[in-house]
Amino acid sequence: MSITLSIIYLIATVTFVVGLKMLGHPETAKKGNLISALGMGLAIVGTIFLAEKEVPLIIYILIGLALAVGGIIGWIIAIKVEMTKMPELVSLFNGFGGASALLIGLVEFNKNIGVPIADKASASIITTIIAAIIIGSITFTGSLVAWAKLNGSLKDIRFPKYNLINNILFIGLVAFGTYIVLMNTDSAILMYSLLAASLVYGFLFVVPIGGADMPVVISLLNSLTGIAAAITGILYDNMVMLVGGILVGSAGLILTFAMCKAMNRSLASVIFGAFGAGSNAAEGSGGTIGGTVKKTTASDSAVLLNYSSKVVIVPGYGLAVAQAQHVIHELEELLTSRGVDVKYAIHPVAGRMPGHMNVLLAESNVDYGKLIEMDDINPQFPNTDVVLVVGANDVVNPAAHNDPSSPIYGMPILDVENAKHIIVNKRSMKPGYAGIENELFYNQKTNMLFGDAKQALTDLVAELKNM
Amino acid sequence: MNTFLEFINENLQLLYILILAIFIGFELIKNVPTVLHTPLMSGANALSGVVIVGAILVMLQSNPNDYLALSLGFIAVVLGIINVVGGFAVTDRMLQMFKKKK
Repeated sequence: MSITLSIIYLIATVTFVVGLKMLGHPETAKKGNLISALGMGLAIVGTIFLAEKEVPLIIYILIGLALAVGGIIGWIIAIKVEMTKMPELVSLFNGFGGASALLIGLVEFNKNIGVPIADKASASIITTIIAAIIIGSITFTGSLVAWAKLNGSLKDIRFPKYNLINNILFIGLVAFGTYIVLMNTDSAILMYSLLAASLVYGFLFVVPIGGADMPVVISLLNSLTGIAAAITGILYDNMVMLVGGILVGSAGLILTFAMCKAMNRSLASVIFGAFGAGSNAAEGSGGTIGGTVKKTTASDSAVLLNYSSKVVIVPGYGLAVAQAQHVIHELEELLTSRGVDVKYAIHPVAGRMPGHMNVLLAESNVDYGKLIEMDDINPQFPNTDVVLVVGANDVVNPAAHNDPSSPIYGMPILDVENAKHIIVNKRSMKPGYAGIENELFYNQKTNMLFGDAKQALTDLVAELKNM
Repeated sequence: MNTFLEFINENLQLLYILILAIFIGFELIKNVPTVLHTPLMSGANALSGVVIVGAILVMLQSNPNDYLALSLGFIAVVLGIINVVGGFAVTDRMLQMFKKKK
């Protein structure tokens, strides 16, 4: 490697660290992202033009073509995507990164086929190749499944005993990989079987995971792609790949743990799937929550809101689906102009990925000083006149506090039941993403405002304007 | 066991870097506010696209007649650059929205 290229990689590595650091603060985030992007561009250009050996022109042309095609596709997707679709998009891009790592692993393995024993790659190189193939494949199919599930084209599928099957398959994968390394085999059949098994595992690993666990899975897969990149970095003795990948890996892991903590669940129970078993049991008992539901109308709700002094809005994924983030901001401004104190309560796992609600509300220009995190808003609920829950369900389910048999038992929630009045906007009485009943809807203080979030809020705004 | 020790010995320097990088990653992200979790994730996702460097190396090192390696490398570069460009662009778009309110 030429010294210029080494220096370029060093600079790129520093931009990654600095950029990631700056991404963590609201004022510097945008600049941080650009700095990392610049470093990445530098590393890519350097890699192409500072290659050690002579490279035929045709290969340069192919690389240029690949960069142009992929770059344009990536750009168009990024410009067009709706903010509500962000979790899907991150999963999709993530899957592409994983696929890239696995393809590199394949090529490197192929290089070793038919080579005389003396020239064979060392066991440590084979180990990294095998690891790149396994992790790359798992992130690839796993991310694609996550993408398909998030955009609704794939439902949760739970095979009988899927936990057991998955865990055995996982152990089998590790054993299989170890076997290939120890035998120092160059059998293409074995390698392709390993590839196929890893792809299948990625699919089976994500497909049963449902409910509130989706943000955890996305962030875990994100972390895994970083690790796959780092492993290929080891393969090429390339520091920028190693450090870049590891930064993403450990950052993703931190976020994963943060998500787990927000739901009071251990990472093991997410991966090895205690959730599925629990929610199946809950479906049986879920129907037993009785009582009557009080319906309300837009005009009654408008009166209630208009004469309150403190209102807290709890947005959930339903708000995103209905694209109601702009109307809710209009409602907030209207109430504020009438002297009502309006805040938003943001649960850490509201939406389908960490921080998703913040992005959506930022899109409609909500001042982020009004977005209050769970621990800060919970003590305020007793002094709150009206809580308006829009399209959120599991994050306000009191079962998390008082029903030990519930799969979400122990998960920290927004204690909206402490407020004086509760208005819940929902399309129907259908349970939320976790598939469990919510006794909040049967609470004496709760009024249900049925209807599509956007329509219901638009009606609410219209009623308020007439008052 | 020998293989394992051999692996460690061969990659000692890498392992140092690896461990230090893990700590840096943890420290950098530890206190990020919830507001920024989504952009952070998508920004980190773009960074993991650094795997594209490996994909380019695959193509550079391929024999022009090795169609399999070249086409696998080609796909790897396309997917990698989608991850990089798309990831950084969408993160920028998101952060733009946080900014304009001020």
